[in-house]
Amino acid sequence: MTILVIAEHDNKVLAPATLNTVAAAAKIGGDVHVLVAGQGASAVAEAAAKIAGVAKVLSADNAAYAHQLPENIAPLVAELGKGYSHILAAATSNGKNILPRVAAALDVDQISEIISVESADTFKRPIYAGNAIATVQSNAAVKVITVRATGFDPVAAEGGSAAIEAVGAAHDAGISSFVNEELAKSDRPELTAAKIVVSGGRGMQNGDNFKHLYALADKLGAAVGASRAAVDAGFVPNDMQVGQTGKIVAPQLYIAVGISGAIQHLAGMKDSKVIVAINKDEEAPIFQVADYGLVADLFEAIPELEKLV
Amino acid sequence: MKVLVAVKRAIDPNVKVRVKADGSDVELNGVKMALNPFCEIAVEEAIRLKEKGLASEVVVVSVGTSAAQEQLRTALALGADRAVLVETNALLEPLNVAKYLSKVIDQEKPQLILFGKQAIDQENNQVGQMVAQLIGSGQATYASAINHVDWQWVVEREVDGGSQVVALAMPAVVTCDLRLNQPRYASLPNIMKAKKKPLEIIAADTLGASVKEHARLLGVVPPAVRKAGINVGSVAELVDKLKNVAGVI
Repeated sequence: MTILVIAEHDNKVLAPATLNTVAAAAKIGGDVHVLVAGQGASAVAEAAAKIAGVAKVLSADNAAYAHQLPENIAPLVAELGKGYSHILAAATSNGKNILPRVAAALDVDQISEIISVESADTFKRPIYAGNAIATVQSNAAVKVITVRATGFDPVAAEGGSAAIEAVGAAHDAGISSFVNEELAKSDRPELTAAKIVVSGGRGMQNGDNFKHLYALADKLGAAVGASRAAVDAGFVPNDMQVGQTGKIVAPQLYIAVGISGAIQHLAGMKDSKVIVAINKDEEAPIFQVADYGLVADLFEAIPELEKLV
Repeated sequence: MKVLVAVKRAIDPNVKVRVKADGSDVELNGVKMALNPFCEIAVEEAIRLKEKGLASEVVVVSVGTSAAQEQLRTALALGADRAVLVETNALLEPLNVAKYLSKVIDQEKPQLILFGKQAIDQENNQVGQMVAQLIGSGQATYASAINHVDWQWVVEREVDGGSQVVALAMPAVVTCDLRLNQPRYASLPNIMKAKKKPLEIIAADTLGASVKEHARLLGVVPPAVRKAGINVGSVAELVDKLKNVAGVI
């Protein structure tokens, strides 16, 4: 068995989610190859070659792959993937965008967001907003799988010394083009990889009040997240949303501030090790999953908390 | 210009699902069903394109049992012109659904095919992408704005770090994210009118799609239950617990 892992990157830096995906590949067993498709991404290929347990890195460097357009990358992955038993990618917006196209090109189904590997063909994945865990067995010739990063501890980023092999194949479907992108700039840790996450909800009342959370987060070295209510109300941008339709996080500590705890929000954070809820409504459902609950006005509690930590 | 919208009958998002006692699946008997919320957003967007004069016809399509007619009628009441049900009692695996839909798309020849980004039941987030591959179209997943510029679809997408804009040749597949729009409610007169709109039923096996079973569901279990927590009386006590009991700060 040989497993192909699609590297998640921005042409400059290898994203940490790749390490969790390699960890899932290691659980399946067999040689692990990593594909770095991009443009001018040699630093990423070198970083991928250093990942512990990676046997080979395939580097497809071409202008057509610069922006991870699925119309161009999927045919490449499908072509390379025919010789593999499994094709894995992180369940990031890129992975979820590209991999179903690969599966369709190979005429196999895809298994989405696995959280555990039972055997080489059997996997566990959450369904119904995390309210049920399904065990599925795939009979596909090539198993195409996206991996939920929080389900697997990352492998070491250093320690490997895989050979880098250039892949010449260039696919340019010519039916889509990249126009531009706007990425939020933040000095805080990335939400899905942070050890501590502080999230605000509708109870924050406005975007300006999020400054209290930022101050607390900076003191804790934490990332800042939000509920859908806070995003929809325009308090913060939508890439901060934690939940079924936003990001899935599982930090050591999750502090939910002014968040009621709807099913859809819990789907994104209930695997956190320790959950703290700060809410003035003692009936809020968030208290049912919180390890430590504090019924208090957040505008008094948060500044005090910031002083004490 | 024709817009086709694929919709799914799914569990109502406000229902808390329960796993069956025998662990074979979740309990769906007697549970309230609805139009998948992301599909509602896709239908709304199609109707808005029609109201802007960009779309001449909006066709809604669903793959599923005959009960899915109810959700197609809902889409018609919201403003779609006609509906197609690809009827099957088989389990709805994403690739098979995508194959049925691509056959319908071959017949209908729409210039834009809209999907929800995922169904809230199986949470696969696959069918739109698979259809795009099968029909050889470009795709824009997780759309938060759709514009039509110079014979291309220019779509803003929600991606992990922020937003991205891509341009797609026609026909194109777009899957809709939460923030694309706020779906409208169906008015009573429109619900009455929807009963008279055409709804065609096609037996899935007459479409000539080569479907097969790809995966087996071995069982379903409820997620691990979290140990009951405690309420603390003050911020100082909270900090003490986090430092000295949980050891997380």
